[in-house]
Amino acid sequence: MEDKIIIRVGAKTLIPFIMVFALYVQFHGDYGPGGGFQAGVIFAAGFILYGLIFGVDMAKKVLPLSVAWLFGSAGVLIFAGVGVVTLLLGGDFLDYSVLAHDPEHGQHWGILLVELGVLTTVFGVMISIFYSFAGRRGLGT
Amino acid sequence: MTQHLPVLQVAIPLLASAVCAIVRNARIAWLIALATTWTAFVIALNLLFRVQSEGIISYALGGWAAPYGIEYRVDLLNAFILVIVTAIGSVVIPFALKSVECEVDKSKGSLFYTAYILCFTGLLGIAVTGDVFNVFVFLEISSLSAYALIAMGQDRKALTASFQYLIMGAVGATFIVIGIGLMYVMTGTLNMADLAARIPEVRANRTIPVAFGFLTVGISLKLALFPLHLWLPNAYTYAPSAVTAFIASTATKVAVYVLLRFFFTIFGIAFSFDIMQLHIVLLPLALIAIFSMSLVAIFQQNVKRMMAYSSLAQIGYMILGISMVSVTGLTAGIIHLFNHAMMKGALFMALGCVMYRIGSVDISAMRGLGKRMPWTMAAFVGAGLSLIGVPLTVGFISKWYLILGALEQSWWPVVVVVLITSLMAVVYIWRVVEVAYFKDYPDYDCKPVCEAPLGLLVPTWVLVATSFYFGIDASFTTKIAEAAARTLLGIGL
Repeated sequence: MEDKIIIRVGAKTLIPFIMVFALYVQFHGDYGPGGGFQAGVIFAAGFILYGLIFGVDMAKKVLPLSVAWLFGSAGVLIFAGVGVVTLLLGGDFLDYSVLAHDPEHGQHWGILLVELGVLTTVFGVMISIFYSFAGRRGLGT
Repeated sequence: MTQHLPVLQVAIPLLASAVCAIVRNARIAWLIALATTWTAFVIALNLLFRVQSEGIISYALGGWAAPYGIEYRVDLLNAFILVIVTAIGSVVIPFALKSVECEVDKSKGSLFYTAYILCFTGLLGIAVTGDVFNVFVFLEISSLSAYALIAMGQDRKALTASFQYLIMGAVGATFIVIGIGLMYVMTGTLNMADLAARIPEVRANRTIPVAFGFLTVGISLKLALFPLHLWLPNAYTYAPSAVTAFIASTATKVAVYVLLRFFFTIFGIAFSFDIMQLHIVLLPLALIAIFSMSLVAIFQQNVKRMMAYSSLAQIGYMILGISMVSVTGLTAGIIHLFNHAMMKGALFMALGCVMYRIGSVDISAMRGLGKRMPWTMAAFVGAGLSLIGVPLTVGFISKWYLILGALEQSWWPVVVVVLITSLMAVVYIWRVVEVAYFKDYPDYDCKPVCEAPLGLLVPTWVLVATSFYFGIDASFTTKIAEAAARTLLGIGL
């Protein structure tokens, strides 16, 4: 699809907006509909669009499979890590109140951090799934 | 820090699985898995002893109080399950090092341990949580990673076996979540203790019996109760040996725990057994499972498949005990969770040793192995005796309680079925013994087979020794099982 100029330019224009929208969904998640999962899917969708238009090989140059994997695991580490930090600060597991000077800010930061973990994992896993399906050749070759 | 142990039981393996996925080196991943499973085992023992001395431990996740937030609630029954899962998990990992190198593609080494720890996390999560939706989430974690583990088997049939399990497991999980959803609609709560308090008010509404039906079918699929067992034989046969040993001794046990939790703690005995008459459904299915699966096991040519069918019969014993709805019957069911985990773990690990040396577990390939691999086959016979129910083994303890329970109810035909199927176990174990000890080693095979390495033998023998130890002195396990049974039935000690 690299020769289709309208698609190429259109995608290039859209991709930054898709990614910013993903971040909006992430950071607005505690006030309105949204959150880490949706944000991760949207962020990955922007990336997959790039892969569809410019080819999987180009996409892999931007984000190698190993990095996508790293994201997949890192998100879990962020999520559970927040839990461990709250334990070390003297609260219960994932009790965000102890994260900041007052419980309200603590809850706010805690949920954002946890959702960031979710975003990271969902993004990494989506990209990994896309690569493994897109990279599959026919059985004969 | 000790008050956080219930959550650390799950959080440590969860963190470790993410680290395992990052390192991409099988040996380091194995070390992480080893450290994780043994830490979890220590935590589980600690929780069990604390529950024994102090009573129920409740933990509010995120500091949100019980009916609103997720509660982790450890009582005697799930502390016992935690000990079973972590004990098997930590004995299988040392075994897995060599077995996995031999049976699983090298490039997947670290992924194997990632999936293993994730499955371990899921099973522990199901056991530790006091929240029904949390049960579903952890059930999915353990099942999805189990599908991946089974698909890693050498034989290409492992893929279809795993896919079959995936379909059946997904149907089971869907039914469970539908049941949970219906309960939530009627009560507005997901906390187990809260549900138990609120369900009696609304149980006249038809939604609750429908939820009950969905849960019965969903959980029965997960625990492979006849006739919903069709996914199990292939999954156990084609999975790598270490995976079979782990899953056969833990996954179905945890599903039995879920059944106990839902029907005794949440719905309550009055609803489950007086109104819904669940035991009238479970009893015949358990008896058919015990009899028909023992019969099918006798005619198997692949010993791993034989043991898989034997597992289905053993699940029948557990359900039989539960369907008696008496202290003795439930004690038999709960104690058999532990006893069967030990003996079936040992049997599958002994078969893993055979697989490691001769690359097959067909009964015809095992000719003369008694002389070539004396320790492996001795372990197989030792655990096999337990499966039959010979005195001084754990199998005897289970059957003793089961028969006592049946006699209490004057269910003579049930006693006869239990005794006949024990004889059937003699037949299928004897088929292996006969081939291994009384047939000559095939001489056309020029490469000599020697004993399995110690790395495989020691974990196998640990489980064999446990199955003898708790067969000789069963006071520890019976005390816990009986107390757990009394709590489930709401009878004081």
